[in-house]
Amino acid sequence: MNYRRRKLINAVALAGAVACTLCVLLPLVLIFSNLILKGITSVNLAFFTNLPKPVGETGGGMANAIVGTLTLIGLASAVGLPIGVLAGVYLSEYGHGRLGYSVRFSADVLNGVPSIVIGIFAYTLVVLPMKSFSAYAGGFALGVIMIPIVARTTEEMVRLVPSSLREASLALGVPSWRTTVLIVLRTARGGIITGIMLATARIAGETAPLLFTAFGNQFWHSTLGGPIASLPVQIYTYAISPFDDWHRQAWAGALVLLALILVTSLSVRLLTRGRFHSAL
Amino acid sequence: MSDSTIRQHSDPHYEAELKELQSRILEMGGTVEKQIANAVAALVSRDDDLARATIERDHVVNRMDVEIDDLCIRLLALHQPTAKDLRLITTGLKITTDLERIGDMAVNLSERALELNQEPQLKPFIDIPRMADVAQAMLRQSLDAFVREDVELSLKVCRDDDIIDDINHQLFRELLSYMMEDPHTVSRAIRLLFVAKYLERIADHATNISEMVVFMVKGTSIRHLDRVPPSV
Amino acid sequence: MSNKLEVRQLNAWFGTTQALHDISLTIPDGAVTAIIGPSGCGKSTFIRCLNRMHEVVPGTRATGEVLLDGNNIYGSGVDPVQIRGKVGMVFQKPNPFPTMSISDNVTAGLRLNGERRTRGELATIVERSLRQAALWEEVKNNLNASGISLSGGQQQRLCIARALAVEPEVLLMDEPCSALDPIATTKIEALIHELKQEYTILIVTHSMQQAARVSDYTAFMYLGRLVEFGPTNKIFTTPENKETEDYITGRFG
Repeated sequence: MNYRRRKLINAVALAGAVACTLCVLLPLVLIFSNLILKGITSVNLAFFTNLPKPVGETGGGMANAIVGTLTLIGLASAVGLPIGVLAGVYLSEYGHGRLGYSVRFSADVLNGVPSIVIGIFAYTLVVLPMKSFSAYAGGFALGVIMIPIVARTTEEMVRLVPSSLREASLALGVPSWRTTVLIVLRTARGGIITGIMLATARIAGETAPLLFTAFGNQFWHSTLGGPIASLPVQIYTYAISPFDDWHRQAWAGALVLLALILVTSLSVRLLTRGRFHSAL
Repeated sequence: MSDSTIRQHSDPHYEAELKELQSRILEMGGTVEKQIANAVAALVSRDDDLARATIERDHVVNRMDVEIDDLCIRLLALHQPTAKDLRLITTGLKITTDLERIGDMAVNLSERALELNQEPQLKPFIDIPRMADVAQAMLRQSLDAFVREDVELSLKVCRDDDIIDDINHQLFRELLSYMMEDPHTVSRAIRLLFVAKYLERIADHATNISEMVVFMVKGTSIRHLDRVPPSV
Repeated sequence: MSNKLEVRQLNAWFGTTQALHDISLTIPDGAVTAIIGPSGCGKSTFIRCLNRMHEVVPGTRATGEVLLDGNNIYGSGVDPVQIRGKVGMVFQKPNPFPTMSISDNVTAGLRLNGERRTRGELATIVERSLRQAALWEEVKNNLNASGISLSGGQQQRLCIARALAVEPEVLLMDEPCSALDPIATTKIEALIHELKQEYTILIVTHSMQQAARVSDYTAFMYLGRLVEFGPTNKIFTTPENKETEDYITGRFG
């Protein structure tokens, strides 16, 4: 009796869990299929090599936006990665006191700040003094978004490195800083890279902060000090336009953006994988 | 018991087995004491039945020897004893050997008694009962010292060995003169010499036990010294 | 007269809790000294003070003198990093570096310190250290495999090889066999016997049988104090102190 009841409850709970998992997967599958269905037709060689055509003309591509997005990610990483990783290491290795607590709290708050606010922040800090929208400003805004994500994941990953490894290294007469860099960071590498990839994926799709920092550009950018095109902004512009051809291009752009994130994630993982699987 | 064993072992079964070892050794000691007393009584009172009964009972002592050895070996193998526990167990192994030998002496005494009883008494028993008294006292005191972990008493037993030796010498000279005067006495006198030798051996074993007790309590060996140290 | 390692009036704290009280002890050279005592008696803290690993944990401090070749390692201006190169340590849980191969683990102490060695020199050190740690025969065909692919006992011997590669003078072992099975334990113990020819060894152990088997001298610690120190044979047959006796015979509260 009791056994049958437990079996029944177990079956119901399991079914519930499966249903919830499907609910999570469903939107993902829908988005993917929708993107592929609507975007795949416009993805061709020209899309990757050509500039956007003026209104009215069909065809053209988003070559400038693809390069622009990659450039912005590069700039953002230049800002976000060193600060994020070092802050993360600080938090886990030394951040036991009041300062550590406030840094951790600020990072969490920063993580929750709407990206458009960060855009405004970059606008006042970079665009206004430079008197121009620029790739720098866009990269800066995206970098600021990266910092808390990278810092917090790095902190968690470094914290997962067993203290026994640290002690093993110290006991061999290895100075503390070398231990942190050569043992701790190396051991936590897998986890830190995952964090970085998450952050990259997050900023690659950001649109709002770019609207008034990198602004957007229908042509190749000539300098990083000027406006630069990016896939999200381009998608946004095309999607709200009244032209069917631009709508198709927007779908294709979205598909390419997604593929871009996927490919970079995978290749970075493959390239940075150590000879032995990282411990974390 | 001295204060150092008041504290209980954290494994009560082990503690109980150590206690059992101690009481088994005492039980064996008591049995051996009784055997010696009976053998001496059989000799002095020329009691054939008592002598035979004593010989008969030796297997009890032998069985105890084997059982105590088994217990000691089990304790050594299963508990890897250290310090005082180790000394108790190794002492146990050695003491039982001595006790078993004393038991054999009781058998030998009884055999000589049966033989002597075949012939008329050579002379009144004077020195032999006295020697037997001293030897029995030494055995009893060595076991008391074991129970009470009494080093002083042990040392006294060791010193008393000299008394036995003195009586033994005296007896030897006396029996020698008997034999020289009258060759008919030789077989009886030699048997009595054997009896004296057995009693002397019993005292030696009692001395061994006492020496082991000193080792058990203090951890220092006083064996094979030229003379008994005044204190340890 | 001058012993390799001598401890004078050593005190150690975790925050406001005093873990060691006035420990004074001369460690015999070229011998194995075992430190025994109940959990929390300060055994590990004691040996961690001998290579200044105690202070690695935040909020800890130590006072007193630890003389290595007559020089106080707690003296002003002494670099703890250098001390740790001379006084090696093996930990309770085998902790090879997971990101490194077997041979890289062995040479980790040298490479992490940025010492320049040729490939040939490193190979020599790898073989010598692994032989010393009695692991060479088992791994010589597999030096590029991951350090954590080995069994627990092998990992621990790898850690010993790693500690030996930096050529320390003293070897500290903090319960090196507590995570190992009896066979692996036997191997490590045999190894300790070999190593004492060349090194002064201190081993913390919870197993009194192990202390009895491997050590020449034994120190019994209780509540942060050194209760008794003497030849192992004496400690295990006729200890002088009642607390020592109670502890080694299993009569501790």
